Amino acid sequence: MADLSTARQQQVVATSPVLRQLPPASRFVLRGGPQALVAAVGALGLPRSDSPCRAVRNDGRAALWLGPDERLLLGTADAAGETESLLQRALAGMPHSLVEISHAQGAFELRGARAATILNTGCPLDLDSAAFPVDMCTRTVFAKAQIVLWRTGAETFRVETARSFAPYVTKILALAACEAMS
Amino acid sequence: MLLIDCPYCGARPELEFVYGGQAHVARPRNPAECSDEQWADFLYWRDNSRGVHAERWRHTHGCGQFFNALRDTTNDHFLATYRVGEAAPALERVARPRT
Repeated sequence: MADLSTARQQQVVATSPVLRQLPPASRFVLRGGPQALVAAVGALGLPRSDSPCRAVRNDGRAALWLGPDERLLLGTADAAGETESLLQRALAGMPHSLVEISHAQGAFELRGARAATILNTGCPLDLDSAAFPVDMCTRTVFAKAQIVLWRTGAETFRVETARSFAPYVTKILALAACEAMS
Repeated sequence: MLLIDCPYCGARPELEFVYGGQAHVARPRNPAECSDEQWADFLYWRDNSRGVHAERWRHTHGCGQFFNALRDTTNDHFLATYRVGEAAPALERVARPRT
């Protein structure tokens, strides 16, 4: 019985019309003072922004505000080496911590008019577009797992979660989507 | 749901936060000069007040920052939140929610 139920849930994720797995990406967590953050974001060709809970993006790269001293830097999977050398050059001599977490996390995209409703089955944030506009991003919780949520479009959300939490998060999302769409 | 006003992120659901104990407990500058009573007082003794209590909270599942809050222990209302290093706001200026 257990096998049947697992198989059914995997099928639910694979066939969900609103949920899809995003391709592998390069991910870095940068922590440091304002100087280091500005230097790093500038080196990646991203616009400068200190606004809390906002993401800036340009040409396949993005910097997500996770805290006043913390940014999540995203890029394409093949840009990991280049990003690392760019950052190391820009941050030389400045106190900071730069950790590559490309393979620690997985990303999913949830799209559609009911995307916010589906997320709200496990995430207690106000996801109305007035309270959570496009390019707002934050670390938060979904059910019992920690996620990074980024609204990439009016009806599109990017969900980043630890690789080990991914089956848990996607199954709940896909099942919630089934109910929301029916 | 109880909302807590993170000084960095704004109002967020309580389950993103972790309680961090009483605020403004200063570590003695020179522990070696403390008597056992003074050191035990710093390590173990905390207020257990009925009413307004200054305490530390951490926005663990958010920006990760510690901050301080004034909370009424009788009704669990958060009266104010403020950043670490700032003085606690004067209570007469804090709007008290109706109970």
